[in-house]
Amino acid sequence: MQEILQYFFSGITAGAVYAVIALGFTLLFNATGLINFAQGEFVMIGALMLITLWKVLALPLIAAFALSVGLVAVIGILMERMAMRTVRKPHPIVMVIITIGISIFLRGVGMLSWGKDAHSVDPFTQHAPLEVYGATLLPQSLWILGIVLLIVAGLQFFFKKTLAGKAMEACAISKKAAWLLGIPSEKMVLAAFAMSAAMGGVAGVLIAPVTMSSYDMGTMLGLKGFCAAMLGGLGSVLGAVIGGLLLGVIEAFGVGLVASGLKDVLAFLILIFILCVRPSGLLGAKTIQRF
Amino acid sequence: MYKRLVFIAVIVLTGQVVSNPYDLQLLTFIGINTLLALGLNMVMGYAGQISLGHAAFFGLGAYTSSLLTIHLDWSPWLALPFTLVFVGIVAFLVALPMLRLSGYYLGMGTLAFGMIVFFIFLQWRSLTGGDSGLIGIPPLTLGPISFEFGAAPFYLVWGIVFLSFIVCERLIDSRIGRALRSLHDSERASAAVGINTSRLKVQVFVFGGVLAALAGFLYAHMVTFISPQTFDFLMSVKIVTMVVIGGMASVWGSLFGAALLTLLPEWLHVFAEYEMIIYGLILVVIMIFLPQGLTRGLLDIYEHFKSRRKTLPKSHEG
Repeated sequence: MQEILQYFFSGITAGAVYAVIALGFTLLFNATGLINFAQGEFVMIGALMLITLWKVLALPLIAAFALSVGLVAVIGILMERMAMRTVRKPHPIVMVIITIGISIFLRGVGMLSWGKDAHSVDPFTQHAPLEVYGATLLPQSLWILGIVLLIVAGLQFFFKKTLAGKAMEACAISKKAAWLLGIPSEKMVLAAFAMSAAMGGVAGVLIAPVTMSSYDMGTMLGLKGFCAAMLGGLGSVLGAVIGGLLLGVIEAFGVGLVASGLKDVLAFLILIFILCVRPSGLLGAKTIQRF
Repeated sequence: MYKRLVFIAVIVLTGQVVSNPYDLQLLTFIGINTLLALGLNMVMGYAGQISLGHAAFFGLGAYTSSLLTIHLDWSPWLALPFTLVFVGIVAFLVALPMLRLSGYYLGMGTLAFGMIVFFIFLQWRSLTGGDSGLIGIPPLTLGPISFEFGAAPFYLVWGIVFLSFIVCERLIDSRIGRALRSLHDSERASAAVGINTSRLKVQVFVFGGVLAALAGFLYAHMVTFISPQTFDFLMSVKIVTMVVIGGMASVWGSLFGAALLTLLPEWLHVFAEYEMIIYGLILVVIMIFLPQGLTRGLLDIYEHFKSRRKTLPKSHEG
């Protein structure tokens, strides 16, 4: 019982981070129909940036948090401006290769800036771990879950209550119709890129204290975030969160109860299964076009 | 025919002129990479199906043949047909569900497949040796000739490249090739004119996989040592880059792309550090500015200028 609870705690901690990465995929997909293969690299840069700003430069945590996320958002904006917007015929194969190119480029930049070694950082706060029915719950897990809750509430508010959010949703439904109504669709795409990249940055900041961070962590996390987004139903904010938590818990139980070698393979098996059997995911009501 | 004779002449001449074993090995690696690029070009360039896990088939070919020859003491020549059939079956089983996807989803799916295979190489220590890989793979021999060092592996690999070129060119000029290109342009339209698109996609994917397995077989028995890192995600990206540089849907472009990406690290001393940055930039820049690939793109620019020079005086007269 105690072990089961322990697996559950570590599962939802990892799952909450996957959920944030999945939100990044979902936000961009909704506004542009694109899948960004460089999403995982945003996570890597967010994590390593936090370590540099907070641990090495000793900035206050909140400033380091905001600066890291802001920098990743700027990278997202640059990516849209300098690469994605210049493409004349946005055929999926071309877009896949371009975003793969950007991800490899960012990985190279990460390796040059932070070296090949893995880095770690302390949790956000130095509380003693909580005891819940014999299982330990780390304070960092509570931080992660709290921040994820805030983000989800914030996104719901943004899309349902603010003009900008509604405009973005209109863009997602029909770019042309939104443009006819006077919504600057190009700006909305740019904003979607910035928000999606910022999500990656937040995920990186959250994960930095619970894992070792290195330049090559992005591909795995990106794929797992994508797996979570597909699991919950690509394009749904709630789906991304449920998919992320579910993936985290499945992974934790797979590792704990079956074999530790499974950890990284499990997510990919789920991803391939979902892609082939039910591409609309758990919550996806409408059938997703598979291209 | 003329092109092929020149190709044979260049191979024979190069084999005679180059005597430095290091250079010969480098040229042999170009041949192996050409096989990889050629296989992926059939899938990506001609059929329009993206694959970000092509290194998996390269690795499966290398590992299958190595395990058969090390653990079961098979002769490499006996292991070869078994390896090709095995990897072909794996490619078939992967292609069957996966190629119902397209675009982004196919990219993600093949990427995940490549990762799974890489983790099997890495984690199944009792069989694959894990991180440290497999050593003592027997080299290929034929009577007194050993294909490990010098000119022998060079001729073997390039002979196979030559044969693969002929097979691919024949395929492309046949009904299958025309069907592939129509599939590339529009799957629905080609289905409408009676092409069995799903079967065709699976066939070309298996063909590309088997070609990569052949490359893996040659690589393993030439280097006599393999480890998982050779077949990781970056290798898949490298193969995609070769195809993109050489030009999608161009058989000879594959050779050019493979040669360039094999030689680039040799020419640029600092390359190791900047390897990823350079691959990334190449992919992005070529896809934005020359989506036809470097060879085709440069030819297009040249022809554009040539035709402009011809038409300019006319417009002045008129």
